[in-house]
Amino acid sequence: MRAAVIIFPGSNRERDVCAALKRASGKQPAIVWHRDAELPAADLIVLPGGFAYGDYLRCGAMAAHSPIMREVKARAAKGVPVLGICNGFQVLTEAGMLPGALLRNKTLSFICRDVHLRVENSQTIFTCGYEAGQSIRVPVAHGEGNYTADEATLDRLDSEGRVAFRYCSPAGELTDADNVNGSARCIAGVFNESRTVLGLMPHPENVTDPLLGGTDGQGLFDGLVSALQ
Amino acid sequence: MKARVHISLKSGVLDPQGKAIGNALASLGFTGIGEVRQGKLIEIELEEGDAGKAREKVEAMCKELLANPVIENYDIEIG
Repeated sequence: MRAAVIIFPGSNRERDVCAALKRASGKQPAIVWHRDAELPAADLIVLPGGFAYGDYLRCGAMAAHSPIMREVKARAAKGVPVLGICNGFQVLTEAGMLPGALLRNKTLSFICRDVHLRVENSQTIFTCGYEAGQSIRVPVAHGEGNYTADEATLDRLDSEGRVAFRYCSPAGELTDADNVNGSARCIAGVFNESRTVLGLMPHPENVTDPLLGGTDGQGLFDGLVSALQ
Repeated sequence: MKARVHISLKSGVLDPQGKAIGNALASLGFTGIGEVRQGKLIEIELEEGDAGKAREKVEAMCKELLANPVIENYDIEIG
């Protein structure tokens, strides 16, 4: 699996995600600068975490209009998988590639700690390394991760199996206390209609090595490698 | 010509910043405060001399970039 990782001014998790991708696939991902209009051939496009354009105007709003995003959209339309993590998720919603928006956390504070996620749908290229209903421990690091969408959109996401992950307790229960940022229906990550685009606020790339304190994120990268090989 | 774009969160969209401001006002002793909502004001200088065309242009800017229609409303003032 060859991946291309897009960087914007202010991206800061590209090294982490490259390390996770390299560990899973054995191949060094290509790094693509946001001003480039050309994207190398890739089996997977990744928008990493960070603070693209300093979160000016709205998180992800400026990056969503970067020159490279036209090409990302075109590839996604052809079925090339796109993974947006944290700020990358915000960029995907601002670019209209995923429904909904990410608002300020309900607590108003930046949250940087481990959370538990329940895998909602394991029948996708991103989540086939997990079991549906499985609870995994993954860190979050964001100030604007409070997922919102209108009720009709939320209903559609639910009925179409397009919620990828929900914030949960270690045992996998959905509670207000575990819904760290106040997201609608505890949503931590969603798919597009064809399930080839995933956006999620937590950082699975940061738990892919025992030295980092966990390996629960490995399933996402291993799953992608096995699905896209 | 100058355009002023007021951007506000749609009603029903949670505004924790507005809530925090309301709480701070209450703790300062201001009474009789209902809901507080925080928005944005963007001022744009335009070369366009025709108010109608200027509005059209700014409308397009709002749709493409300035506001996120999922969560925000906007109001344009030309003058």
